[in-house]
This record gives sequence, structure tokens and C-alpha cells, in this order.
Amino acid sequence: MTEAVAPGPLLDIAELAKRFTVGSKQSLLARATSFRKPVAPLPQLYAVDEVSFTIGRGETVGLVGESGCGKSTLVRLINRLLDPTSGSIRLGGAELADFKARNFAANPHRARIQMVFQDASDSLNPRYTAADAIADPIRRLKKMSGPDLAARVEKLADMTGLPRELLSRFPHQLSGGQKARVGIARAIAVEPELLILDEPTAALDVSVQVVILQLLQQLKRELGMSYLFVSHDLNVVRLLCDRVLVMYLGKVVEQGPAAEVFADPKHPYTKALISAIPQAEPEQRVGRLRLGGEPRSPIDPDPRVCRFYGRCPKGTPRCAEDMPLLRPAGLARQVACHFA
Amino acid sequence: MTAVPALSVPALSVEDLSVEFRTRSGVVKVLEHVCFSVDKGETVALVGESGSGKSVTAFAVMGILDAAGKVTSGRAMFGGADLLALSEHDLAEQRGRELSMIFQNPRTALNPIRRVGRQIADVLVRHGGATRNDAPRAAIEMLKKVRIPDPERRAEAYPFELSGGMCQRIMIAIALACRPALLIADEPTTGLDVTTQAVIMDLIGELAGEAGMATIFITHDLALAAEYCDRIVVMHAGHIVEAAPGRDLFAYARHPYSAKLLAATPGETVSLEQMASIPGGLPDLRRADLPACRYSGRCERRLDQCAQPLPQRTVGERHVIACWNPL
Ligand SMILES: Nc1ncnc2c1ncn2[C@@H]1O[C@H](COP(=O)(O)OP(=O)(O)OP(=O)(O)O)[C@@H](O)[C@H]1O
Ligand SMILES: Nc1ncnc2c1ncn2[C@@H]1O[C@H](COP(=O)(O)OP(=O)(O)O)[C@@H](O)[C@H]1O
Ligand code: SF4
Ligand SMILES: [Mg+2]
Ligand SMILES: [Mg+2]
Repeated sequence: MTEAVAPGPLLDIAELAKRFTVGSKQSLLARATSFRKPVAPLPQLYAVDEVSFTIGRGETVGLVGESGCGKSTLVRLINRLLDPTSGSIRLGGAELADFKARNFAANPHRARIQMVFQDASDSLNPRYTAADAIADPIRRLKKMSGPDLAARVEKLADMTGLPRELLSRFPHQLSGGQKARVGIARAIAVEPELLILDEPTAALDVSVQVVILQLLQQLKRELGMSYLFVSHDLNVVRLLCDRVLVMYLGKVVEQGPAAEVFADPKHPYTKALISAIPQAEPEQRVGRLRLGGEPRSPIDPDPRVCRFYGRCPKGTPRCAEDMPLLRPAGLARQVACHFA
Repeated sequence: MTAVPALSVPALSVEDLSVEFRTRSGVVKVLEHVCFSVDKGETVALVGESGSGKSVTAFAVMGILDAAGKVTSGRAMFGGADLLALSEHDLAEQRGRELSMIFQNPRTALNPIRRVGRQIADVLVRHGGATRNDAPRAAIEMLKKVRIPDPERRAEAYPFELSGGMCQRIMIAIALACRPALLIADEPTTGLDVTTQAVIMDLIGELAGEAGMATIFITHDLALAAEYCDRIVVMHAGHIVEAAPGRDLFAYARHPYSAKLLAATPGETVSLEQMASIPGGLPDLRRADLPACRYSGRCERRLDQCAQPLPQRTVGERHVIACWNPL
């Protein structure tokens, strides 16, 4: 890209939504044939519901939240693997939401966002050597070949701490940590501006995880990339991220500088989340919050009711009539709760 | 099942278990003299780096080792019988009813073209004594227990319609549906957030308390193991190097490897730079001349003595280590 760096945030997500139609095949068929009766709309699952946030250049943003709350869906929307139902995804000023996911692989913007997946073994082609895997996106997106390409692959191996002699190996001949390095080398190969990591260290043991996290931090410093980092390990998010977004059932319920959110969570869900971090020392478990109640359904949720209502220790009748919106709470923080 | 079973009755006792794999490049001695027991109602964590033999231990006990794998010594006593000596048929019977396993990779273990509610119901009918009529209700009950929102409707979902963590919880629901006497859970909560993880751990705890279920809980999260498990067994390169109640291990890990493992756990550290990975890697288990202590190549406390067969030392109540120069 030769144009000057656009001012403003690198990534600007506005009112982004993804709804999936759910329900059985039979009912779809029944609906299609029952043309005489008025047709009720099919149930919609609100996976990502009107989410807005930004990521600055060089910023690392953590995305945390309950299993099934929409993190991976959000990430797949941003990475343009999935088409949004509505909303906007602007990357350095360019609107990406209008491009079809189906054609995005050939889009000039493709190289600007890259992704590192949870399980390096699942995302690496078993018939590609480490060198092939790293070279593939460069060949496709940067049209590089021959000795230049080989030199670039070696440089990337060095940058990610992958011994060059392993470049000729296939995934099954590599350890989990080595595969993670290949996945990262491959993702940074085309010099993306935004690197999305969906639980990149979940499959690694603690010892390897330390090395990979240190590598990510070093690469960020050297290359100035922005990260969107999805993780269930809150200790890791705390150590790696500048800012954190907390999602609950399709909505962002809290966001702010990671250190502040962890030290002083404001949303009742964030409080419960942080208080559930496993602790070896029993003294550190005192005052722990345990969520009771039933989680609300993500299918056709009532737009008036707070998504956390029913499990929230604070919940009042107002929460069932008036959905709290994300609003400022302090300098750089936002929270969606009537009582925070 | 109303009476609470007395504690300290070993439900499973693994004695001197050794396993080898034949590979193209030679025989790999993956487990050597592995000994541990799990009492009724007890949850024992198995921790260690990847490749240390945690999953192979689980597979051997379940009798589902890969064809290339062979048990070369040992027994696994469960309910008066040696699981390693049972016939394929008897083992298959027990596996469904009394032994249950949660596998490391949930998506591949689920049937992609069957609704998840049906998959749970199938197990309840086959092994849980449920009828075709009441199984769907019971399946929804299980979905509720693993905190799947809107269980009635989500029972109709196919695995691809669920998130990674939801698939994982479906696997957990399947494994727990028949209230097994022994549960082997291979990293069951890695894809789950901490609040959902807490729900799952409480559910396992409930079955342990009510029905005396014994659990082998494989994880690489040491804080999780310490909080929810009664004891932690630390494995390294196919050996058990230390076993202790979780608190004791955290307060005073005696084996040099356990100490390094703890230092690599994020916990309360304030910066990534402070954290240290464990130097070196696992030894090549194909070597004919593997040292007596398989950690000695990476160990900062090694003595000449460490080349001698390892001593088993008891250093506290239920706290044992295999090391010549412990901390
Ligand atoms: N193809 C699909 N069809 C229908 N529903 C879907 C589909 N993909 C995802 N969903 C639903 O969207 C919601 C969000 O799923 P998503 O995978 O984004 O969750 P997640 O936050 O990544 O969870 P986890 O932490 O468990 O990985 C879930 O309720 C899930 O069942
Ligand atoms: N089918 C197999 N053939 C050869 N070696 C195997 C096989 N399965 C596991 N191993 C080896 O056994 C060791 C222990 O593996 P595993 O039990 O999966 O480790 P963990 O679960 O602790 O990560 C590793 O060295 C692994 O490479
Ligand atoms: S036996 Fe020796 S080499 Fe092995 S862990 Fe102990 S001190 Fe280190
Ligand atoms: Mg996900
Ligand atoms: Mg394993």
C-alpha cells in the first residue's frame, strides 16, 4: 500500500451484527410449502449483536467472554470469512463489510488482516512442509517467488525462532510449540496490519506458552502490528494486552485498559469472570462470586432485557425492561450496566 | 446410589505401568513404571508438558491404545479386575457403563451429522438404562447442567452450529450422562472460559461427592488442578516425578521439574519478561540408553548419583518424589 497512513484507529467496527437462522430442515421445508398461511419469521440466533469498538495502530486488544458468546463469530466477520448481517468494518478507512467473504481471498485488502488459529495442527496442511506453509501466503498475496521467496521464508523462520533445519519438516514431525511458530510465521509473512489470534496458546503447555507469548510481544514491538487476541486465559490477557473487551451473549458489556479492568471490574459479569480465575491458594478464593440462574437464550432475545438478567447478582426489575447500553465509565472505560 | 461411599478406597490402582510404541525409527518407551491410584470420590490431576505421557496413560487404562502401542508391564485394578487383562468385549461393556472418557479434541469426537441432543440420548439409551421415550428429556437435563443456554432448542443443533466450547460441553455431558464410576477427562476445559469451567468442575465434584465417581483429570493448568483436584501427579517423559496434594505442591514443590513448571504458570506475575520457560526439551524416548532420571539432561541440580536408579521418597503425607537431589 503506497497511500499515506489514514488518521484515526486502524480498525473501526460499528454496529456489527451477525444473526444465524436456526431451526430444523423440516420446518424450513414446511414453511416453503405452506404458502397459504402467513409465515412467521424463522428463529434467529443473535451471535454478534450490534457491536462497536476500535483498535488503534500498534495496540493489543484482548477479547474475552463466556463460551458461545460470539468471539469466534466476531473474529470471522472481521477476518472476512463470514458475511455480516449488518454493520461496518473499516480498516484504515476502507470499508470491508461490503466485500463478500466468498471472494475475499482475492481481495487486495486480504494481506492486511491475518489470523493465527487455536490449533496449529488443524490449520496447517499436512502435505505442506513448514517452508511451504510459510511461503504459501507470500506467493499468493505478494506474488513473490524463487530465491527472494526462499530468503523471505528463512528470515521469517529466524524472526519466529523456528530453527531453519525444521523448515523441510511436515506438521506431524513438529512439536506443538514449533507448529505454533509456523502458524505465526505464516500469518506475519505478508506483513499484516492486524493480526487476529483466536486462542493461539490454548493447545500449548505452560512452558511453550511463555515462549510464544514473549515472541508475540517482541514481534509487536518490531513490526508495529495491532493484535486482536481472543483467549480464555485471563492471566495471559492481563500480561499481553493493552485493552480488553468483555463480551456476553453477543454484546460487548465492558471495555477498557486491561490493567484497570482486571484491577477494578465494573460490569457484574466481568466481576464474576475475574473472580472465577482458578487460584491455588484457598485464601485468594474468598469472596468469590458464583453465577446461579439460567443463561438467557441467544435465539430471538427480548431487545428490552439485559442479556445478563437472570444470572446477574444485581438484577432489578428495571433490567428486564430497559436494556443497558454501553456508556462511558471513567476516562477510557465503557460499561453496559445500569448500576456500574 | 444413596450411601456415600467411604473415602480412601482406591477405585483405580495403576501399578508399574509401562507402555512402548513401535515406530519406523525404533521402539519408543513412552511410559515406564507408572504407579498411582485414585480413591472413590477423589479427583487426581495429571499434569506435565505435552508429550509427557498423560494421554497415553489414559488410553492404556481405557484399553484404547493405538495398535502400535503395547503394555509391557503393569496392572490397572478397577472393581476387582485388571483392566489391562480384560477381553476386548468385557472392556467395551465396562467402558460404556462404568468407565467414561472425555477426549482432548471434542469436535472430532462428535458425530457431525447428528443433532447433539440425540447424541446424548443415544448414550443414555445404550448405557444409562433410559428408554427411547425419556432419553430426550434427560438429554436436555444434561445440556442444562453443562450450562448450554436454551437447552430445549439447542438440543436440535448440529455440532457445526455450536461454538468450540459448546461442543466441548456436549462431550462432557455425554461422558457424565451415565454417572460413571471412573471418569478420565483429557484437558476437558481448555476451550472454556473460567466461569463455565467452574460450572464443569463443580459438576464433576458433585458426582464425586454423590456417587463416589473417581476422576483422572488431565490438564496443563496447575492452578486449576490445585483448586479443584485432591492430588496432583506430575509426569515428565513417561515417568511420574512427583505426586502431592495440590496445596503442598504449590507451597513446596520438591522435584526440580515441578518447580520449573510452576514458574512457567502465569498466575500473579506482573510481566511476561519475568516468566521463565523450562530449558531444554524432553529426551528422545527412542534412545536405548535413556538415563535413569529422564529429566537429568535439563536439570540444574543434577549430581553424579543421578545416573543411578531413582529413589522413591515420601516427603510428606501423600507426597512422593522420584529424585536424588530434591529442593
Ligand atoms: N453456523 C452457525 N449456525 C448457527 N449458529 C451458530 C453458527 N456458528 C456459531 N453459531 C452460534 O453463535 C454463537 C456464538 O458462537 P462463537 O463460535 O462465536 O462463540 P465463541 O465466543 O467463540 O465461543 P467459544 O469460547 O466456546 O469458542 C453460539 O451460540 C453458536 O452456537
Ligand atoms: N501412536 C503413537 N505412536 C508413537 N508414539 C506415540 C503414539 N502416541 C503417543 N506417542 C508418544 O508418546 C509420548 C506421550 O504422548 P502423550 O501421552 O500424547 O502426551 P501428553 O498427553 O502428555 O501430551 C509422546 O512422546 C508421543 O510422541
Ligand atoms: S534425580 Fe537428579 S537430575 Fe533428576 S531431577 Fe533430581 S536432581 Fe535433577
Ligand atoms: Mg470460539
Ligand atoms: Mg495429550
